[in-house]
Amino acid sequence: MLLNVTRTLMSGLATTFQIFIFTLVFSLPLGLLLAFGTISRCRPLRCLIQVVVWIIRGTPLMLQLIIIFYGPGLWLGHNIWSGGEAGRITATVVAFTINYACYFSVIFRGGIEGVPAGQREAGQVLGMTKSQIFFKVTLLQMIKRIVPPMSNEIITLVKDTALARTIAAQELTFAGYSFMKSAGLTWPLFYTGIFYLVFVGILTLLFNFIEKKLDYFR
Amino acid sequence: MAILEVKHIGKHFENTKVLEDVSFELEEGSALAIIGSSGSGKTTLLRCLNFLETPDSGTIAVKGNTLFDADRTKAENEKDIRTKRLHFGMVFQSFNLFPQYTALENVTLAERLLAKERPDFKQNKKAVLEKINAHGRELLAQMGLSEREGHYPHQLSGGQQQRVAIARALALKPDILCFDEPTSALDPELTGEVLKVIRSLAERKTTMIIVTHEMAFARDVADQVIFMDGGLIVEQGAPDNVINHPREERTRQFLARYTQG
Ligand SMILES: Nc1ncnc2c1ncn2[C@@H]1O[C@H](COP(=O)(O)OP(=O)(O)OP(=O)(O)O)[C@@H](O)[C@H]1O
Ligand SMILES: [Mg+2]
Repeated sequence: MLLNVTRTLMSGLATTFQIFIFTLVFSLPLGLLLAFGTISRCRPLRCLIQVVVWIIRGTPLMLQLIIIFYGPGLWLGHNIWSGGEAGRITATVVAFTINYACYFSVIFRGGIEGVPAGQREAGQVLGMTKSQIFFKVTLLQMIKRIVPPMSNEIITLVKDTALARTIAAQELTFAGYSFMKSAGLTWPLFYTGIFYLVFVGILTLLFNFIEKKLDYFR
Repeated sequence: MAILEVKHIGKHFENTKVLEDVSFELEEGSALAIIGSSGSGKTTLLRCLNFLETPDSGTIAVKGNTLFDADRTKAENEKDIRTKRLHFGMVFQSFNLFPQYTALENVTLAERLLAKERPDFKQNKKAVLEKINAHGRELLAQMGLSEREGHYPHQLSGGQQQRVAIARALALKPDILCFDEPTSALDPELTGEVLKVIRSLAERKTTMIIVTHEMAFARDVADQVIFMDGGLIVEQGAPDNVINHPREERTRQFLARYTQG
């Protein structure tokens, strides 16, 4: 039985991991773009992004997921998500990407604005280009500032993947719950918890490592 | 001919006029001290010279080349502004060293980036970088910081940080080096070491503009002193005239605060 549960949980973990990785891969650059948008000189763009961020951060991720998964089918008459598990995972990644990009954009903006203007000016008077200033002067200082809040968000993302169960994607929590439904077993639920704890534990070690690496300057 | 000619510079922020018809000249190898009370526009003037602010009016010329002319307000590309900036060096009140780089890296960064843009960089990479590092070490030695080249800014005292910043500003051999209150952020016991290196730069005939509240220092080191008030140059001339025998009432009032202690 233990082997059976482990196998099912592993396959749930694979789905969870896919959602996690793809969401990060897409939401990190999108978040950076949004952050640049919120500090751009173009006022309409700034306002638009602010409204979007307000809506996304102001409503439950679960609600956004349901709308993104079921909405297109009801509005267009046909489901844009390919049927089966793959479609559910794709829809989840899309909803999560939009949601997390908004949260990340706020953190990124804080990181960019947190680097004192004097740093950019010091680069300017030394004749550096804008991109040299960004990559050689501000970027690392920005990363150092955002690592703690980002690690919080990313750990939250691990646990938010469980929301994919709402649209019946067979991720880790779905897998653990299935044994309770079918056989009335509760111990697989605790076993599932251990999977999350290990996942988050590894991430925590990774973030501690990065923080240590950036500890050499202030 | 003067190395720097500043004519009729004006600048305002929203509703406040910060600079009004500021004109002065600077001879090559001489030091100019700018004094004046808080808010008189000293920092803004230095920032205009370094293209960190754009004046509303006036012209700036170095070695006879007009670098800035408010009447010819064509949008300039980044490359042009960059080359113009290199005529000036800037030392900030708050040092603004790059925290993630060592003292030596701070000094050499700009030079390394410029070298990378040269077409022959790839072939002679090693030799070029060695030369740049040697130059950086030489500058740090000149600042009395040879032992500190591997230190990060947070491992240095304020006075040491400011001396690294001076070395960094000297690295690209600017025609004119600007100091914005270089010792104002320092504890009194650390100002001496920074003033000493500025003094030695003056002895080596570095062309400098120094905004300062250190009156004794301005009198000793500067060849010319400007007193500013409310965005205007109220009085300018030899240090002995402006500081010891001011003609204007406003200058006298300002200086009285310093002599009374
Ligand atoms: N970016 C800005 N926007 C609006 N007003 C500004 C800006 N920068 C400076 N000012 C104003 O311009 C005036 C002159 O400022 P500036 O910093 O040049 O004075 P200062 O002579 O350097 O003073 P201090 O001795 O305190 O450094 C001040 O009244 C200041 O409030
Ligand atoms: Mg100032």
